[in-house]
Amino acid sequence: MSDSASGFKWVGTRPVRPDGLDKVTGRANFGADFTMPGMLVGRILRSPHAHARVAGIDASAALAVPGVKAVVTAEDFPEIPDGDLMVGEGPMNFRDLSCNVMARGKVLYDGHPVAAVAATSRAAAEEALDRIRVDYEVLPHVVDVLEAMEPGAPLLHENLFTEGVDPKPDRPSNVASRVEFSLGDVEAGFAEADVVVEGEYTTEAVHQGYIEPHAAVASVGEDGHCTVWCSSQGQFMVRAYCAKLLGVENSRIRVIPSEIGGGFGGKTTIYVEPVALALSRKAGRPVKIVMDRDEVFRATGPTSSTHVKVRIGATKDGRITAGDTELRYQAGAFSGSPVQLGCMTAFAPYHLDHVRAVGYDVVVNRPKCAAYRAPGAPMAAFGVESALDELAGKLGMDPLELRLANAAREGTKAAYGPRFRQIGYVETVEAALAHEHYRAALGPNQGRGVASGFWFNIGGQSSAAVHVNEDGTAVVVDPNPDIGGSRASMAIMAAEVLGIDYDRVRPIVPDTSSIPYSDMTGGSRVTFAVGMAVVEAAKQVVEELRSRAAKVWDVDVDGVVWENGEARPASSNVGEFEPLSLAALAEGSAKTGGPISGQATINARGAGPGFGTHVCDVEVDPDTGRVTVLRYTAVQDVGRAIHPSYVEGQLQGGAAQGIGWALNEEYVYSEAGTLENPGFLDYRVPVASDLPMIDTVLVEVPNPRHPYGVRGVGEVPIIPPLAAVANAIRHACGTRMNHLPASPPRLLAALDAAKLPEAAD
Amino acid sequence: MAKRHVTTTVNGEPREFLCEVDQTLLDALRDELGLTGSKEGCGSGDCGACSVMLDGRLVCSCLALAVEAEGREVETIEGMADGDRLHPLQRTFLEEAALQCGICTPGFLVAAKALLDRDPDPSETEIRYWLAGNLCRCTGYDKIVRAVQKAAVEMRAEA
Amino acid sequence: MARVVLPNELARELAGGQKELEVEAENFRQLLKALDRRFPGMGDRLRDGVAVAIDGEIFQEPFLESIGEDSEVFFLPQIEAG
Repeated sequence: MSDSASGFKWVGTRPVRPDGLDKVTGRANFGADFTMPGMLVGRILRSPHAHARVAGIDASAALAVPGVKAVVTAEDFPEIPDGDLMVGEGPMNFRDLSCNVMARGKVLYDGHPVAAVAATSRAAAEEALDRIRVDYEVLPHVVDVLEAMEPGAPLLHENLFTEGVDPKPDRPSNVASRVEFSLGDVEAGFAEADVVVEGEYTTEAVHQGYIEPHAAVASVGEDGHCTVWCSSQGQFMVRAYCAKLLGVENSRIRVIPSEIGGGFGGKTTIYVEPVALALSRKAGRPVKIVMDRDEVFRATGPTSSTHVKVRIGATKDGRITAGDTELRYQAGAFSGSPVQLGCMTAFAPYHLDHVRAVGYDVVVNRPKCAAYRAPGAPMAAFGVESALDELAGKLGMDPLELRLANAAREGTKAAYGPRFRQIGYVETVEAALAHEHYRAALGPNQGRGVASGFWFNIGGQSSAAVHVNEDGTAVVVDPNPDIGGSRASMAIMAAEVLGIDYDRVRPIVPDTSSIPYSDMTGGSRVTFAVGMAVVEAAKQVVEELRSRAAKVWDVDVDGVVWENGEARPASSNVGEFEPLSLAALAEGSAKTGGPISGQATINARGAGPGFGTHVCDVEVDPDTGRVTVLRYTAVQDVGRAIHPSYVEGQLQGGAAQGIGWALNEEYVYSEAGTLENPGFLDYRVPVASDLPMIDTVLVEVPNPRHPYGVRGVGEVPIIPPLAAVANAIRHACGTRMNHLPASPPRLLAALDAAKLPEAAD
Repeated sequence: MAKRHVTTTVNGEPREFLCEVDQTLLDALRDELGLTGSKEGCGSGDCGACSVMLDGRLVCSCLALAVEAEGREVETIEGMADGDRLHPLQRTFLEEAALQCGICTPGFLVAAKALLDRDPDPSETEIRYWLAGNLCRCTGYDKIVRAVQKAAVEMRAEA
Repeated sequence: MARVVLPNELARELAGGQKELEVEAENFRQLLKALDRRFPGMGDRLRDGVAVAIDGEIFQEPFLESIGEDSEVFFLPQIEAG
C-alpha cells in the first residue's frame, strides 16, 4: 500500500526497528546476560521419576559443601490453599503454581523441582545437588491422555473430582473437567446430511522451543524489598505471581525486564524467578538461575498431546449440516489444558446451524502445560480441517470452494455462541483461490493441502506514556516486552499521531515501578491494545502542544490545529502566525507550563478476530517416509499492518512452527515415564534447510475498533499448518496421517501398512 | 583445582583471562571477558547461538574449551562491525527484518559472515544448508535467507 | 430484554438446566444482580474469571459494559494468551 493510498506517513512502512542495532551487535541484554556483584549461582534439583512420593529431603551434606550458601525446598515457600485467585489477567490456582515451581509431598513428572541450591560457583552448586538425599517412594505413572482417563489409571491428585458432569463424581480421577459448547441439534443436522465423514486424530506434545532458556537474577534486601531481572512475557505477571508464591506484597518486588529471547506463550508464567528469590532471601546475596536446555524441555512449556474425534455431515452440494467433535487434551501434572479454546475454535471459521464440541481436561505425569501460540486451537483445527479435506474428496469438491461455501461472515453465529462482527475469513479463502500457487503444477509424489484457522485475539489492560524531550524528540514508554518488533510498531504509531519523523521517536520497555500495570505480551494483543494506549498518550501530547501554541500566540486553543508535526492557526481569522513545530514548543516549554507528556491507561476493547488460510505443497519420499515442504503460502486477514515486515514475519514464523509440529517435533517418553529427547538434537525443530521461502498474503480488512485498523496477527498462523501439511501428504501419496508428527518412521509405517492387502483384516 | 591462565586474541585485541580447565570458551567469553553477545541456547552444539570464529573456523563456543583459545584468534559478534560501520550483513538483517526476538541473531550473523567470506555467491540452497546449524524459532528463516542474499549481492558489488 | 446464554456447567448447577434466559438489564452490573436474584450465588460465580460476548464483541473484563434492549449476551471462558 503506498503512502498516498493509505493517507498515512508512517503506518504501513518498513523502517529499521529502534532496538535493532543492539541486537545485531551483541549489545542487547537478555535474561542470562545480567550480573551483580557478589552474585551466587543457583541450581535446581529435579525429580528423576515420573511420579513419586517424597518421604524426606536431607540437605545437610549439601550445606557442608564449601561455597554453598543456601538450600531451599517447598518448606521455604508458604503453603497456599487450593482454589483460584484473580490476579492480573485472570484466575490462577496459586497452589498448583507453587507446587509446580517446587514439589510439595509428591513429584508429578520427570524434571519436577524438589530443591534448589545457591553457591559461589556452578561447580559447588552442582556438587551440592548431588549430595542432597531425597527419599522417593516411586508410584505408578501415566503419560498418555487416553490411558489417564481409564478407570484404575494411576491417580495424580487424590482431591481432583471431574467438574462439569452431572451427578458430581464421588471418586477422584485424572479428568479435571468436561466442557461442552453446542448450537442447534447436532443429530438433527446429521439427519439432513447426504455424506458423513468421521475420523480420530492424535497430536503429540510439542515445546514452544524459544532459543533463550529461562533466566533470572533475584536480589532480596535486608528490608525485604526485592528486585528481579528476568526474561518474561510480562514483568507485571512475574511481580504478581512471585509475590503470591513468596507471601509478600506486590509492591515489595520490582521486576526489571530484560530483552526476551522468544516465548510463544511459554514465558507467560514463572519457573526460576521465585526460586531465585527464595534462595536470595535465605542467602542474603543476589542469586542467578539460568536453565540448561534439558531443564527447559523437562520442566517448562510444553503444550498438550491430544486426541480429537471429528464427525462432519454435509449435503451433496457441499453445505455442512452438522459438526461434532470430542477433544481430549492432557494438561500435564496440573489441570488447565487449553481444551476449552480447542472446543471454541474448532469449527469457528464456518457457518454451522448444528454444532457441538465436547472437551476433557486431563492430568498426566508430564510437565504442566503452558500456553503455546493460539493455545489449544492447532490440534482441534488439525482434526476438523483434515476431516473437511476428506469431505471435499467425497463430494468431489475443491477443498477451498467447500470452505468458501460454508464460510463464516459478518453476522454468522460462531460455533462458540456469539455472532461475528466484521471479519475477513472469506477474503482469505478468495485470496488463496486466486493465488498463482494454487494453480501451479505438481510432480510425482507431490501433493497440495489447504487448511484454515481462527483466533479470537484479545485486548486487555494496557498502559503507555509519551514524553517529549527538550530537543523535540519523543520517548514512548511501552510496558510490554518486545518479543518480535513491537517497539517499531509503537514508534510508527506515535510518529503518525505526533507528525514527527519515526527516527525522532524512541521507545523503551520499563520496569514495574516506572509505568502503571499492563497485561502480558501475548494473545496477539500488543500492537492492537498497547498500540491503542500509545495512540491515546500521543493524542494527549498533541492536545497539550496545541494548548502551548495557543498560549504563545495568546489565542483560544480551538484556534490551533496540529498538522505535520506543527501547530498552525486554524484559519486566517485566528491571526497570522508562523507554525510552531514540536521541537520549537519543546524547547520553549519552560515558558508555557513545563515539560510536555501524556500517559494513557486503558482496558482495550474491540479486538478483531483473525482468520488465516494456508496452502502447502509437499513431496513424499516413498522409500524413506521423508516429507519435503516444497512451497508454502500463508494468507491472513491482518486488519492493517503497521510494520508489514514484522507482520509477514509473524505469518512465516507461525507457519514454520506449525510445520515442525506436523512433521518432526514430539515429546518421547520412556517406559519409566522419563523424557527421552530433552535436547535440540532429538527434539527436532525446523532448520533453514528444512523449509522453503514462506510466501505471505496480507489481506487487510481493517478492524473498525482500532485507530489504524489493527487486528492481532501472532496467533492465527500456527493453526492451519498441521492440517495443511497432513492434507498435502494425503494428496501426495494417498495416505491420511491421523497421527502427527508425520515423521519419517511414522509415515513410512503408514505407507507400508497401506500397501498390505486389505484381506489382512 | 588451580585456574589456568590463557593468553589469546579476541576481535583483534590481546586478551588474558583465568579459567577452569573444564570451562567452555562460551562461558569464558561471557563470564571472564564480559562478551555476552554470544548466547547459550543449548550447550550441546545444536542451536548455533554461541557461534564464533576460532582461527578462522566457525565453531560452537559451547563445545570448545576456554583453554583451547590459548595463542589463537577468536572473533565474536562484538567484533563484527568496523567501528561505527556495520558489516553489510548486520545492516541487511535490520533492513530485511531478519530478526524478531534477536537471541539467535549474533550466531546467525557470525555463521553467515563465515559463509560469505569463503563463498561470495552462494545459492539459496547453500545458504540454507550452511545455516542449518543455527536455530531460529521466530522467523521461519525466510527473511534471514533473504538478508544473506542481499548482503552477498552488495558485498560482491563493492569488491 | 437482553437474551443471556449461561455457561453449560452453571446452567446445570444453579439454573436447573435452563441455559438461555431473558433478563432486564442496562449494564453488566445490573445483569449480575438480576441473575443473582433469580439464581442465588450465580452473581458471584460470574463476576470473576469469565469473558462475555455482548452482541458479538468479546470482553475479557465486562464489568462496566452496557447492555442494549435486544442484546445477546454470551458467557465464555477467558481467552488465554499465547
